[in-house]
Amino acid sequence: MVPTTSASASAVGAPDVLAVDLAEPFQYEFFRNGLVIATLAGALCGLIGVFVVLRNMSYIGHGLSHAIFGGAALAAVLELNYFIGAGLWGLASGLMIGRVARRRIIGADAAIGVITTASFAMGLALQARYGQASRSIDAVLFGNVLGVFPGDIAAVAGVGIVSAIAVVLLYRKLLFTTFDPEVAAVSGVRVPAMEATLMFLLSATILVTVRVIGVLLISALLVLPAVSSRLFTNSFGRMLWLSPVLGALFGGVGMYASWYADVPSGAVIILCGTAAFIVAYVSVGVRRRARVAGLDHHSGPALTTG
Amino acid sequence: MVKVDIPPARLAGEPLVAFDHVSCAYGSSTVIDAVDFAIVPGEFVGIVGPSGSGKTTVLRALLGALAPVHGQVHRKAGLRLAYVPQLETVDWNFPVTVREVVSMSRPSRTWWPRTSAAEIREIDEVLERLGLGGLAGRHIRELSGGQQQRVFLARALMQKPDLLVLDEPTAGVDVRTRHEVLHVLADLNEATPDGDGVAIVLTTHDLNGLAAHLPRVICFNRTVIADGSPNEVLRPYFLERTYGAPMEVLQHGGMPVVVEHGADDLRERLSRRGA
Repeated sequence: MVPTTSASASAVGAPDVLAVDLAEPFQYEFFRNGLVIATLAGALCGLIGVFVVLRNMSYIGHGLSHAIFGGAALAAVLELNYFIGAGLWGLASGLMIGRVARRRIIGADAAIGVITTASFAMGLALQARYGQASRSIDAVLFGNVLGVFPGDIAAVAGVGIVSAIAVVLLYRKLLFTTFDPEVAAVSGVRVPAMEATLMFLLSATILVTVRVIGVLLISALLVLPAVSSRLFTNSFGRMLWLSPVLGALFGGVGMYASWYADVPSGAVIILCGTAAFIVAYVSVGVRRRARVAGLDHHSGPALTTG
Repeated sequence: MVKVDIPPARLAGEPLVAFDHVSCAYGSSTVIDAVDFAIVPGEFVGIVGPSGSGKTTVLRALLGALAPVHGQVHRKAGLRLAYVPQLETVDWNFPVTVREVVSMSRPSRTWWPRTSAAEIREIDEVLERLGLGGLAGRHIRELSGGQQQRVFLARALMQKPDLLVLDEPTAGVDVRTRHEVLHVLADLNEATPDGDGVAIVLTTHDLNGLAAHLPRVICFNRTVIADGSPNEVLRPYFLERTYGAPMEVLQHGGMPVVVEHGADDLRERLSRRGA
């Protein structure tokens, strides 16, 4: 979010209207904070997004962000701390989804649809009734760097460090659980504990990044770095470091570009990621087709379709 | 047709696994009922039966993934089991290389994710032994069907198992791959100067291509119908009770060959239609 006066101010200040002062946004502390948190949030979402994409959890991420919005609104009305209110609400929603989905006739996706949308609607109602008008609703929906406090940076960094440590220490168990849960279970991996760990990391990630990226866009930031990095590598290990790097790039570049585009930061971050994905998709598609064609001329192993 | 004859094992020693009147159920429906059999070191056992007969449930009970509602599965103390899943259940689009799959065999060995040089050597040795040398860096999709099966076999072998458990190892593979898989398994089962071969138990619905080659076959439908050598159990009486349809058994080179009863009638009808 750019103060509307900035563009005209720089135009008046500089004799050459076309010159763009690339260092200009850095003189504002809120922008420096925003840039740091967007980069960190992108890296964190990139890391957790690998599991989200490979375990088909993106709809869960989408639902959780909506549930957390309801919790955040409730926390604001009750004057509770955001992290406590939204965190507890998110946890309760997660448990309820599990509960409803266990009755087989209602699928997990439908359960997520019902519970998180209800939570989101409650949030909207509370905001409208007790909140400070539409401005803060916009901020939650689309993300807002002006609302970033140093405490948010610490929260994102903290969740990022915990996630990185967990992924390093549990690397093979998480890989085995994600790839092949049934065999992992008989090979001595505590699969339910691994799944709970991933669910916890995903919830914590959404909780600390949703105010920067926005409820409506957070699931895109979980998915884009992971699917883009998947196009570049066939290895889980390489994907795990490439995806956070891409996420950080999307976050940082998107935040910087949003200053000049005068568009909410979350939207520009997602557009950056989407553009990168399209470039990767097209270029890798060409490369891969060449490689497959090349196989026909060798006596090497055939590509199977199974 | 390549002939693979696996001689009956020197059946001796304490059983690795023994089913003692085991029944398992999902919810209120009993899937396997009063199952009794045992596997001793060095054995190679095939469990045959139609789809839905509970073969996979037997394996799940054997692996400890499913608790019986009645009876007990006794496992030898310190028994090392390794499981090779059905290829059809594998997500072939998952981003893993051959080496990454094999490294899953030791989920809690290291605290740092990078595979150590010693472990890479060990993985390469197992891959070499299974004829997959030089393919460690490949994505699992870039392999032939037989190679894909052997990757998962390699992961299981890394656990140095006493008993190898395979679910339908030849389901959906072509004839050449089936031979390849059977030969690899026969090699692993063979006793070497270093010690006993690995005991193997597998499920299959392929009577002629796989079960007839094995030293011991268990006909299974909800419970054990017959248990013995192929010549003893692949007989019309047992097969009809297992599959619920009449079958004929011919002899070919000392091996039973199962044909569907009424195959001649069917062929005649179809050829008449063509004429």
